[in-house]
Order: sequence, then structure tokens, then C-alpha cells
Amino acid sequence: MLTPRAPRPGNGKLAGTSMEQVLANGIYLGAQYAMIALGLTLIFALMNVLNFAHGQMYVIGGFVTYTIYGQLGLPYIVALLASCVTLAVLGALIERFLFAPVIKGSSREESTMLLAAGIAFLLDALILLIFGEKQRGVPKIVNGVLNWDFRVIMPYDRILICALAILSIIAFISFMHYSKTGRALRALAQDRTAAQLMGVDVDRYSTIGFALGAMLAGLVGGLLVTITGVNLGMGGPTSVKAFMMVMIGGAGVISGAIAGGFILGFMEAIGLAVLSQYGDITYLVIFVSLMIFLAIRPQGLMGKPWG
Amino acid sequence: MKSAVVATALLALQSTTALAENPVLKVGFVGVTSGPAAAWGISNQRSMETRAAWINETGGYKIGDTTYDIEIVSFDDQKDPKRSIAGMEKMAQEGIHYVVGPNTDDGAEAVRPVAEANGIMYFPYAFSKSLYTPPASNAVLAMVANYQSGPAIYKYLMENKGVKTVAFVAANESDPLSQRDTGVEAAKALGLEVVSDNVTYQPDTTDFTPVLTPVIRQQPDLLVLSGVSPAHAPQLIRSARELGYQGLISTETAQDAQVLREGSGDLANGFISVGGASTPELASDMMKEFVDRYVKMFGEYNDESNTKVYALEYILATLAANPKAINDVEEFKKTMDTFEAPNPFMKGDAKLTYVGMTSFGQKRQIAVPLVVNTFENGEFKTLFVATVD
Repeated sequence: MLTPRAPRPGNGKLAGTSMEQVLANGIYLGAQYAMIALGLTLIFALMNVLNFAHGQMYVIGGFVTYTIYGQLGLPYIVALLASCVTLAVLGALIERFLFAPVIKGSSREESTMLLAAGIAFLLDALILLIFGEKQRGVPKIVNGVLNWDFRVIMPYDRILICALAILSIIAFISFMHYSKTGRALRALAQDRTAAQLMGVDVDRYSTIGFALGAMLAGLVGGLLVTITGVNLGMGGPTSVKAFMMVMIGGAGVISGAIAGGFILGFMEAIGLAVLSQYGDITYLVIFVSLMIFLAIRPQGLMGKPWG
Repeated sequence: MKSAVVATALLALQSTTALAENPVLKVGFVGVTSGPAAAWGISNQRSMETRAAWINETGGYKIGDTTYDIEIVSFDDQKDPKRSIAGMEKMAQEGIHYVVGPNTDDGAEAVRPVAEANGIMYFPYAFSKSLYTPPASNAVLAMVANYQSGPAIYKYLMENKGVKTVAFVAANESDPLSQRDTGVEAAKALGLEVVSDNVTYQPDTTDFTPVLTPVIRQQPDLLVLSGVSPAHAPQLIRSARELGYQGLISTETAQDAQVLREGSGDLANGFISVGGASTPELASDMMKEFVDRYVKMFGEYNDESNTKVYALEYILATLAANPKAINDVEEFKKTMDTFEAPNPFMKGDAKLTYVGMTSFGQKRQIAVPLVVNTFENGEFKTLFVATVD
């Protein structure tokens, strides 16, 4: 027989229906989405490349953490660093041996788009071959659930991952603003030719920038595998969501990607709380809103009309 | 991971070696082996390849006076009905008459004209009744449908666990939605109160806490995850438990213990799903050897294969019962009405036979045992076993 449940405290509402819960969900979703969008927009800003393989890079980051933390039993931080390093190296190799020659040999933007799509398919196939078809998960890094009078229920691991994601975003912005490499990357993003004339080694910093973008994908993959697990099918949908965030915020603008991530996170959290009784129309509403928004402001919130 | 690569190479080598000795009988597979639902099709394909390699290694399969080596011809339809049609056309071009798959309702519906026009019997993992009900006659349901397992599970839980209220959650895709609708219908027919049935989620959802909160608010005795994929099940269970849900959780789809163990840990204890014949209480020595061989070939077993081991065995055993059917599916259909053979994968006197008279008005379903499992401390335990007619 079913075990009788304890009466609900407080106002009798369970979490998720309160405004506090919606806000908590929005912040959590927004932080992870912003992290995903950051790497994509960085690569776009530096090289004008729409990296369709960004989602697959995120998935590889998750699988590396799974292998090192979940399978080999090494500390989580080691696994997270390994995800970052693996993706940084992979990103650098992809830029140096695939994107750089194509960009030099072709001025047509669709060449890099096709290349990125091809890399996405290749990575999907490699993930299937190396890590298999199953959903994978790792042991929780923190146990327990925060329950604030049933107004906010949030597992501690989500709070930790959310905090780490926000810290990573702050660290990334600081790096871009205050380090020599970050300043060079920003110069490259603003005007490639002018940056070259000022003595910036464009080829070197393009590789570094792509590696950094891929590393961010690996970092967020390593962080989120502790919450959502990972499977080979997550790459494509992740890329689509990242593109949405970038389009909302403005392509190639870092602050725009962060804003886009949080806007999408809050739209999703509010939509799921308010619209769930009407079926799964949250994303329908989000897509319609996005279309209207782009019709009014095609460059996104913080993008420039001239690109 | 290494073993998977080595296994693929060995498989290719084995196939080549074996093909030189006996005539080859090609059996097709059209299903999803890439993308989010890859686990469904890959467990199908690998089950077939494991069994085929085993048969070939032990001298082949005797049908009439001829002993055949078995070759599995696979096609990834990417869960896209247009690709399913292309896959079935490829099977027709290769002269294949027996195909396992597709894995989804829309894929199975899409290939029907191609299969019927080219004399192909196909064994989908799809629940749409029109596929198996006259005038359709070339499709054979290769598993237990949710409208068969659902009522059995609900009834058991009403009688044994005191369940009175139920809530349904499904992905916003055709198969899970149709499974939810038939589940709701069955629950209402049994007298259960359905407290929530309109909450759905996108197939690419990664955080289920916001999705589940309105459902958990209703505090149902039973939460049904309709048509849930193995990738989503652990996350849904984990989110529900973390939100404080203490009731029962069930699904009518097959799941994998390793995936649940990794994704939900002890939070998945008590989770009820449909399984096959690999629990220690039921598995025959042949089933155990099948699992061993699967692990040797692919590095890791998938519990979904407990139900997917059957389709190829049915095809071969039916052809052995009537060798004329090897190139004539009408002969195959005639044999289905009276076919019976021992079930090699289960202990006891279980039989391989075709069923479906109650659900479809004709025998267009393989008799897979309806094994309902509960997940306890990292592994499945058999809750009860039933049969389907």
C-alpha cells in the first residue's frame, strides 16, 4: 500500500507554482544557457563562423567528465579540467586544420557553414562509436535539496552548478577585458584588418579564440552532466537553443549572449509554469515571440545593424 | 569503447568468413540508430547482429534442406519517416522479404505501401493498431503495446498498492502522445481518477524540474511517464523525487538498468517498467549466453534487448516451420496462424507463437512475455508476468 504522505506545510502550495520558484528556475536555466551561448558567440565574433558543431562539443565535454569522474572515479574537478583541456585542444585543431584553410581559400560564408555542419555530423558519429548510444550520468557532486517552506525547492547540486556557471561567466568577461589575450581577441572581433595592422597575430589569436569557445562548450558540458546526464543526441538541439540565444542577444556580442541566455531561461521557466495547463505551447510562444522580435529588431538586443 | 571498435571489426570479419560457407539469408533492419533515440534502434540492431553471429559461428540456421548463414542488413532511418521509406526500398532492392523495424509509429505507417508492394513482412516497434488490423497484413507487432501493458500495470497497482489517482506526462512527439492518450483511456476505464494529463515536454528538454512541478502539485498516487525514452526516464524520476514526490512512477516502455543506476541512483528504486526475459527468475541458459555474447561483441549489454531479442528468432523459426515462406510472405502469413515453437529465452514451457486476435482481429503480434519489472538497488526485479492475446 502507498505510504501516507506528510501534510504540506506553509500555504499548501508545492514548489514551482510560486513566483519564487519560477525566478529560481529562470536563474538556473538562464545561467546554463548563457554559458552555452558564450562559446558560440565568441567564435562567431572572431571568425564570422556559425559553429553548428557547438552542441556536439558540449556533448563531448559531458562525456569526458563522465569517463573521468563517473567511470574512473577521479575527483570531479580533475574531470572538469580534462573536459576543458580536451575541448580546447580539439577546438584548436579544428580551427587550424579545417576552418583556417577554408576561410583562406573561400570568401563565401556558406563554405564555413557547410564545414561546420560536416564537423557536427562527424563528431556525432565519433561520439556514438567511442561513447555508445546510451544516456550517461554521474554521481551527484552534492546531495540534498533546499526546501524553503515549499516556496522554493532546489537541489543543492543545481545551486552549486548555477553558482559555478555564473562565476565562470564573470571569469570569462574579466579575462576578455583585462588580459592581453582577451584584448587581442576583442580587437580581432571588432576589426580583423585593423587588429592585424596593429600587430595582432591574427592566425594565432583565431586559433586561441576558437579553442576558448570550444573550451567553454566543454566546461558547460562538464558542469551540466552532473545534473542532466549526457547522450549523443543532445548536440543538435543544444546548438539550436544556443543560436536562439545568440540571435536574441545579438550575434557576436558577448553581453548579448548572456542576456539572450537569461531571457530564454526566464521565458522557458515562466512559460512552463503558466502555460503548462494548455499543453506544450511554451516553445511555440517562444518561437513566435522570437520571430516578431527579429522582425522588429533583426540585429538582436545588442547587435549592430551593420553586423 | 575499445571493445566496441574491435567488435565491429570482428563482426565484419566473422560475417565475411561465414558467408563463404553457406548460402546467405538476408534479414533487414530499418530503424533509428543515431540521434536522441539511437538507443532504441541500436539495441535492435545489436541484438540481431549478436544472434546472427552466434548462429553463423555454430554452423548456420537450417531451413528445410538448406543451412543458411544469416546476414543482417541495417539502415538508419534517423527517426524520419522519409528515411524509413528509403530504407524499406533499399531492402526491396536487395531482395529482402523480412525486416525488423521501424521503431516509431510514423515510420511504420510510412513504410507500409513499400512493404506491401514488394512482398515484405516487417516487424515494427510501433503501436498504431491500423498497422496490424485488416486489411493491413504485412506488419507484425514485435513487442507488447502500451494499451496491453498499461491496463495490466494499473490494475496490479490498484489491487496491490492502493493506487487511486494517476497523472500522465509525455514528450511532445507523436508516439508518446498517442501512448499517453491510450493510457488515459485505459486508466479511466479501470476507474482511476486522472488528475493530470496535459503536461508535456519538448524532446530536447534537459531540465525537468519546471516541467514536473505542476504535475507533482496534484500529488497523484501514480505518475506515468508515457512512452518515455531511456534518455529521459532517469532525469524525470530524479526531478520528481527531488520535488518531494513519494508516490509510484511507471512507464510502459523498456528501460536499461545501467542508465537508471547512473542517472537516478537510489531515487529510481520502485520505478516500474516493462522488461523482457533477462531477470534471473526468468532467463534460460540460452538467454544468459545471448547476454554474454552481446557483451563480448559490444562491450556493454542494453536491457532493452531483452524484448528485442525475439523478432529475428520468430522470423527464422517461422521460416523453418514453412521453408516455402523464404521467398513468399503469403506462405509466412499462413504459417503464422498455427505456428508454435519452444521459447528458447525463457525458463519453463513458454512458447513462441503469434497472438493479437483480441487487439487486432488477426494474429499480427509476436507473443513476447509481458514482464513487468521494478527497479531496486541498481537492478530489475520481476514484479509480475502476464501474457497477451
